[in-house]
Amino acid sequence: MSANSIDKASVSDIVDRFGSRPEMLVQILQSIVQVHGWISEDVIRQLASDLNLSRADVHGVVEYYHDFRTSPPGKHIVKVCQAEACQAMGSRELTSHAEQAVGKDTTLEDVYCLGNCACAPAVMVNGRTHGRVDAERFDTLIGALEGRD
Amino acid sequence: MAAVKIYVPRDTTAVSVGADDVALAIAQAAKARSAQIEIVRNGSWGACWLEPMVEVLVGEQRIAYGNVAPEDVPGLFDAGLLEGGEHEKRLGPVNEIDYLISQDRWTFWRVGLTESLSLDDFLAHQGFKALQKAWETGPDAVIEAVTQSGLRGRGGAGFPTGIKWRTVADTEADQKYIACNADEGDSGTFSDRMLMEGDPFGLIEALAIAGFAVGADKGYIYLRSEYALTHTILSRAIDTARDAGWLGENIQGSGFDFDIELHLGAGSYVCGEETAMLESLEGKKGIVRYKPPLPAIEGLFGKPTVVNNVVTLASVPNIVNLGGERYADMGVNRSKGTLAFQLAGNIRRGGLVEKAFGITLRELIEGYGGGTASGRPLKAVQVGGPLGAYLTADQLDTPLDYEAFVDIGALIGHGGIVVFDDTANMALQARFAMEFCAIESCGKCTPCRIGSTRGVEVIDRLIGGENREENYDLLVELCDTMEDASLCAMGGMTPYPVRSVLRHFAEDFAEGKQ
Repeated sequence: MSANSIDKASVSDIVDRFGSRPEMLVQILQSIVQVHGWISEDVIRQLASDLNLSRADVHGVVEYYHDFRTSPPGKHIVKVCQAEACQAMGSRELTSHAEQAVGKDTTLEDVYCLGNCACAPAVMVNGRTHGRVDAERFDTLIGALEGRD
Repeated sequence: MAAVKIYVPRDTTAVSVGADDVALAIAQAAKARSAQIEIVRNGSWGACWLEPMVEVLVGEQRIAYGNVAPEDVPGLFDAGLLEGGEHEKRLGPVNEIDYLISQDRWTFWRVGLTESLSLDDFLAHQGFKALQKAWETGPDAVIEAVTQSGLRGRGGAGFPTGIKWRTVADTEADQKYIACNADEGDSGTFSDRMLMEGDPFGLIEALAIAGFAVGADKGYIYLRSEYALTHTILSRAIDTARDAGWLGENIQGSGFDFDIELHLGAGSYVCGEETAMLESLEGKKGIVRYKPPLPAIEGLFGKPTVVNNVVTLASVPNIVNLGGERYADMGVNRSKGTLAFQLAGNIRRGGLVEKAFGITLRELIEGYGGGTASGRPLKAVQVGGPLGAYLTADQLDTPLDYEAFVDIGALIGHGGIVVFDDTANMALQARFAMEFCAIESCGKCTPCRIGSTRGVEVIDRLIGGENREENYDLLVELCDTMEDASLCAMGGMTPYPVRSVLRHFAEDFAEGKQ
């Protein structure tokens, strides 16, 4: 993840996996983000060409969805739920704490509901959801991340 | 001696509070003691406040232990876990836990009971019986049963499912689709997720029945990307079903073809709106379509499409098995059957409670939920997600009935119930409603796209104490415009929570506190 360019062959593999079907654009972009963490300008060009779409079409889809980052994320991705059930259990305070607590190598993002609303507040760390997260538990989760500065 | 079965849920909530670590600790402890065990990964029963909840099969009974942490495991073994031994975490037989046995489990009856990814276990628990019955009775009888059941869309809109299916069945086309909406974006809701994680084959069967009823050979499930574990479980279930001949061409020699493609969303809330979801399934921006044409006539790729929520579809197999009347016998007025209510936020016993319509909010929140988690007085309850009104402690005796909720300016939506205690500042919640709409608006219509941003600004001025009366009136007028002129529920219902705060919690603005 998070190199400054995305390997062309790897994108081609993903496109192939979805049968080069233009209606699979959202799925293709999702797979690219899951593997590489983000979508570069070059990827947009490549997809437009491979799927026979205009660059504007691809660009529009990339811009539309929150998941499709257009810059490389940090080594770790931490998402703190900002939706109502978590708000009711102190997610605003947890978010303030998280902003102070995460390292430079970590991308902190908002997320609106992880579907873990009976065990709020919820946090997702590198794709795994954690429940009943207070400041102390947050620090434990962050502290356990590999290769942290 | 046969291996002792130990159930540890593989469910996002259970795993989020340590279920995987508990399973690992149990395996290690058993190995160290040379005990023969078999760990079964079931769904969660929905008593989320007890998670991770471990069960041990002793004779015919499953003995439950609640809030098990990995460090409890050696002690549990010392206490005779494998024989259901006494321990402070022991809850007793799972079928004697009041929270669970007092429910009306129609749609969720297999969730928690079975091993989620075991096709054999599914088949041993009525699996695919309804599909086979549908083949015997024919498509019309299926639609008739669904119509008779009074089932309405559980995603929030409450549209009668039988009418939708009839429309698609009666529309001539060379291709039809089933599109299952699993983009469960409302805060406070997790019933779709629990169903998909706990009974994925049940959903697959439900889609196949819908396909058979209306004449569609292809189904899509549009799953939100935030549900990572759900995606893993559902993908595996679909592959398993296909490998075993329950999906694909000529299913079990019946002559019926049906397959399912699983799509992931990409973090857009509005893609839970049916037409935006169809756009996204076509690989485009999730921008809401004008209606008409209805998706039942011109849906996915312009073809007749049944768009149904996960819980709606999953309610169907039992309707086919047991008959529509049985379902319609539950509930009140035009709200027939059951809803899987989800107790969330600041609540002591949060979880999933499937009950017949007509139960009151108080019975759910105080009876099942045990009041607030903080122990402080309840201040507000938001029912139905971010577009749902905030209700006061005085409104808790309202029965859960679609029409009764409309009468008080509220909605049931997808059945999420989020509780707030008296430390909540409701002005901030009203502000959040507008802010969320501004973040998530698809941008097609002006009242939603612009109105939400202006709404945040007006609320900020109100909170700041600036020209209070003037800004109050302006906010009410803005709510009118959004409600009357937005294209879909996103802009059209964002005013619900805002107005409810103005109506019931105006003092939170007046205090100007942040």
